[in-house]
Amino acid sequence: MACREIASVDWEPRIVAFLCNWCSYAGADLAGVSRFQYPPSIRIIRVPCSGCISPNMILDALKAGADGVLVSGCHPGDCHYISGNLYARRRFALFKNFLEFIGIEPGRVNFSWVSASEGGQFADVVKEVTGLVKALGPQKRLVKGIGG
Amino acid sequence: MSHTNAEITEGIRAKAAELLSSGEVAVFLGFIEGSIPMTLRPFVARRPEDAERFVWNSFCVMNLANYLPSLLKSLEPPRGLRDPVPAGPLPKVGVVATGCWSRNIVVQMQERQVDRKRLVILGVSSRGMVDRKKVMAMTGGREIFKVEEGEHTLKISGSDYGLEIDRWSVVRDNCKSCVHPDPVIFDYKIGPDSNRKADDRFAQIEVIEAMTVDERWAWFKNEIASCIRCYACRNACPLCYCPTCFVDDSRPQWVGKSIDPTDTALFHILRAFHCAGRCTDCGACESACPMGIKMRLFTKKLEKDVFELFGVEAGLDPLIQPPLVTYRPDDPQGFVIIKEKNKA
Ligand code: SF4
Ligand code: SF4
Ligand code: SF4
Repeated sequence: MACREIASVDWEPRIVAFLCNWCSYAGADLAGVSRFQYPPSIRIIRVPCSGCISPNMILDALKAGADGVLVSGCHPGDCHYISGNLYARRRFALFKNFLEFIGIEPGRVNFSWVSASEGGQFADVVKEVTGLVKALGPQKRLVKGIGG
Repeated sequence: MSHTNAEITEGIRAKAAELLSSGEVAVFLGFIEGSIPMTLRPFVARRPEDAERFVWNSFCVMNLANYLPSLLKSLEPPRGLRDPVPAGPLPKVGVVATGCWSRNIVVQMQERQVDRKRLVILGVSSRGMVDRKKVMAMTGGREIFKVEEGEHTLKISGSDYGLEIDRWSVVRDNCKSCVHPDPVIFDYKIGPDSNRKADDRFAQIEVIEAMTVDERWAWFKNEIASCIRCYACRNACPLCYCPTCFVDDSRPQWVGKSIDPTDTALFHILRAFHCAGRCTDCGACESACPMGIKMRLFTKKLEKDVFELFGVEAGLDPLIQPPLVTYRPDDPQGFVIIKEKNKA
């Protein structure tokens, strides 16, 4: 932690991004193929569907020291499994509110819909999320060992 | 004993004895006196004469629905994993249920944990249960030998003192904010309807919502700081029936075994979230906690949001799906980052 604070001048957040295989992961791929620039802050974890992301996984990333989390899936109506993202939407609406209720800063945990054809939007989402997390500084509240 | 409690106690004893002697139920689940004041024991009566021991008063704080799934299973003939369900009706369980417990039974029906056909529910409208810790705080730390309940008072006595307090002043927070004190499903009903309805059910939550994010974090950290991770809150909850709880998972180990503040925080976040859309605010978790942690506030926030975002309350209707296993196409999604179409 100490070294992270010393390096705070040019501190870059580390953001864990859970991307759905069918839309957002392909969107990220397209962003790369199309050479859209976006900050090198995200670490991508490819998942079958946004509906399979449980709060356990988001918290696990924060516990391991992630400064932020992004979960991204297909737009409503486009889910490869028809409705996984619609279940996820209910779950995340509650979870995001709940995290904020117990004092996790808004902007730490983010959700978006990005389709396979939206390479540009993917880059924009990453820019926005990076900006939000950067403004908050390093995440310390739920990191195991330095929690608080 | 207050008149209402005496009436309900009589009613439970009579009905339980009747059901047991006619053989309609194999066992009947209620409360009997515990070994120390203000602590009742859940009790499974198996013979009609056991029914005489049942009591009803303001200290029936544990949620009887909690015992139903395993009690029902214990009455089935033992069978292997792939053996068929035995033909013919299985033995029934009789159970006392207030508003919140009956709603937990509904949730258990929705989640296929209990079979309504195997339950005989004895409904009781509750007057609100008393928080033992609030009573103890009023004696200035002196030991309590005896608590007698009147219609609106509690008479507390110890070796060298006697005290009379207003019952409502020590009623649990969840009962004070309760909007469904009458059972929602039952086969028989004992005692009068309560017709009570709190008008500021989410007041406690609104106080916290009004704080800044840093204040909320300070509140949360402070609230759970003394948690000893005994899991009494989980064990008291009728919604916790997973064969392996997430706290016991080792690969991945979501929550460490220590009382590291992060592990404790994750335990509370995940425990509360597991109850989202299912918690009936029965307060059993808080009543069971030896450290006086107000973890009900976490589930109450989720209850408020489920109500405001999706318009549903847990356990009111056995025929609908719990809110998190369904969706509407037009569910709110203001929290999702959606970028304008890139003109590329
Ligand atoms: S929460 Fe409501 S129904 Fe449950 S014990 Fe309290 S007053 Fe009764
Ligand atoms: S009952 Fe209390 S001390 Fe025990 S795990 Fe739950 S909150 Fe912690
Ligand atoms: S979480 Fe607590 S208040 Fe909610 S149903 Fe479980 S025991 Fe009752």
